Amino acid sequence: MELLQRARAQRSKVDLQALIDAIPYCRFLGIEVDRKGSELTMILRFDRKLIGNPILPALHGGVIGAFLETTAIAQLILETESAELPKPVDIGIDYLRSGKPVDTYARAVITKHGRRVCNVRAEAWQDEHTRPIAALHGHFLIKPKE
Amino acid sequence: MLDHVPHAKAVGLSIVSVEKGAAVVKLTYDEKLVGNPDTGVVHGGVITTLLDNCCGIAVGMALGEMRPIATLDLRIDYMKPATPKLDILARADCYKVTANIAFVRASAYHTDASDPIATAVGAFMLDTVKTKSKSQAT
Repeated sequence: MELLQRARAQRSKVDLQALIDAIPYCRFLGIEVDRKGSELTMILRFDRKLIGNPILPALHGGVIGAFLETTAIAQLILETESAELPKPVDIGIDYLRSGKPVDTYARAVITKHGRRVCNVRAEAWQDEHTRPIAALHGHFLIKPKE
Repeated sequence: MLDHVPHAKAVGLSIVSVEKGAAVVKLTYDEKLVGNPDTGVVHGGVITTLLDNCCGIAVGMALGEMRPIATLDLRIDYMKPATPKLDILARADCYKVTANIAFVRASAYHTDASDPIATAVGAFMLDTVKTKSKSQAT
């Protein structure tokens, strides 16, 4: 991505919010970045269009999965030198609690940083960090530096 | 089965066909679903939504009646990027239903099911609302 390549070329920090805003699907979902140094928390602002079960009501499982995947990608952009947007190879999502119609937060940790592939874990929560609503683990392809 | 799901409508999902224990769902390509603005390829998360919803419908078709269900887990393998501007189909088969759980596999593709964009396996919890009211747990 041009924004990413420019930041890498200038050896400057990537403006993650600008990068997320440049991705149409992340804008559509309403994802925000809260970055404090190397610590990154992603925020998914609640909107009615994110509902999958209107009776409960609960967030769509796909939305939660997409949010966790985006969180993993953002963490990889921050911590790796990947010249391109990391690509998911495989992901596993465990749904732990139903997603209530409120804002959702997520953080990711890189478990293993390989040269081409990274293993990442991410967790999403709402009111209480200790009561996660979903967890993701996955492998992502990164583009190694030349 | 999709009309009452706000997010399915917002993303652009529609049912192509259903049969006993199976469903085919279409995702209509839209610029707002793009995950990489350089290439125009849709975000992996959109595929997750498509596969999750398609699996849920297949479970409903296996049960033969509307019962509240919830995704327990979903594993997705991404085989190749989706081609920009093309619609994506997903087919899900619910191959086993037990007292509490339904097991499903699915794949997403453009036209040829043997050349998948992504495949998925998942487990769904059955009768989630009833369980909830009994235990009063969240």
